[in-house]
Amino acid sequence: MVLAADVQPDIEIAQNIGFGIIAAVMVIAAVRVVTSKNVVHAALALVMVMAGAAAQYLLLAAEFVAVTQVLVYIGAVMVLFLFGVMLTRAKLGSDSDLDNAKAWAYALPIALLLLGVLVYVLVAGFEDDKIGASGSEPVAGRTSAISDLIFSAYAVPFWGLSFVLLAAAIGSIVLARKD
Amino acid sequence: MLVNNFLLLGAVLFCIGVYGVIVRKNAVLVLMSIELILNSVNINLLAFDRLHGGNDGNVFALYVIAVAAAEVGVGLAMVLLIFRNRKTIALDDLSEMKG
Repeated sequence: MVLAADVQPDIEIAQNIGFGIIAAVMVIAAVRVVTSKNVVHAALALVMVMAGAAAQYLLLAAEFVAVTQVLVYIGAVMVLFLFGVMLTRAKLGSDSDLDNAKAWAYALPIALLLLGVLVYVLVAGFEDDKIGASGSEPVAGRTSAISDLIFSAYAVPFWGLSFVLLAAAIGSIVLARKD
Repeated sequence: MLVNNFLLLGAVLFCIGVYGVIVRKNAVLVLMSIELILNSVNINLLAFDRLHGGNDGNVFALYVIAVAAAEVGVGLAMVLLIFRNRKTIALDDLSEMKG
């Protein structure tokens, strides 16, 4: 028996199987986010998508971004979303008034057309380029290299980002307080 | 692994997010769909980072995560404000800007 891995030793079967399983879970959960009739179920499906994204980042050897994804998205953003669901008095259980009536009739063609264009362009543009093939295998632990970049080449955007976060925090407080 | 694995996953998630933004009426659910779109962008950034070597894509992805967190905070504050004034967050009902 001739295995594909014997012919092409760089085919990475384990990574591909892991990728496929996680990707299938992510796509199913993402469809649940946009079709669920229950706001809390949509939020929990979004947790699945974000956890899957963190796993994909690990497959892409981006461990720092994966941990940040878990901390920021699953930890903080989802709590914000659940607070939003709670404070807007969302109906518990199934709610039939979450979607625009008949909107799927034009939303579905738009989404499928966009998907077709993107798939065509990506398949035509990156036919079978392999990641990590340019001879730049990441060293174990890229976090120190990332921090060097943040505090040297990307220091000014980092500095600006702190003001964005400060403005967002103050703005949210001003918007949400009662008086 | 093929870089297209990750790019196509990002494209699928992006289109699902666009569908959700168009089809949903509840403002909180629209914000959740926007989060789907931002996550797909991050997958793309990290795939290109791995394709070309270097660590710049990781930095971009971290900045996107930070901006997305700020966006959700302000967005949900606005949704709460709308709910307090209108007792509804159905986006169809916010039609004052229609000419």
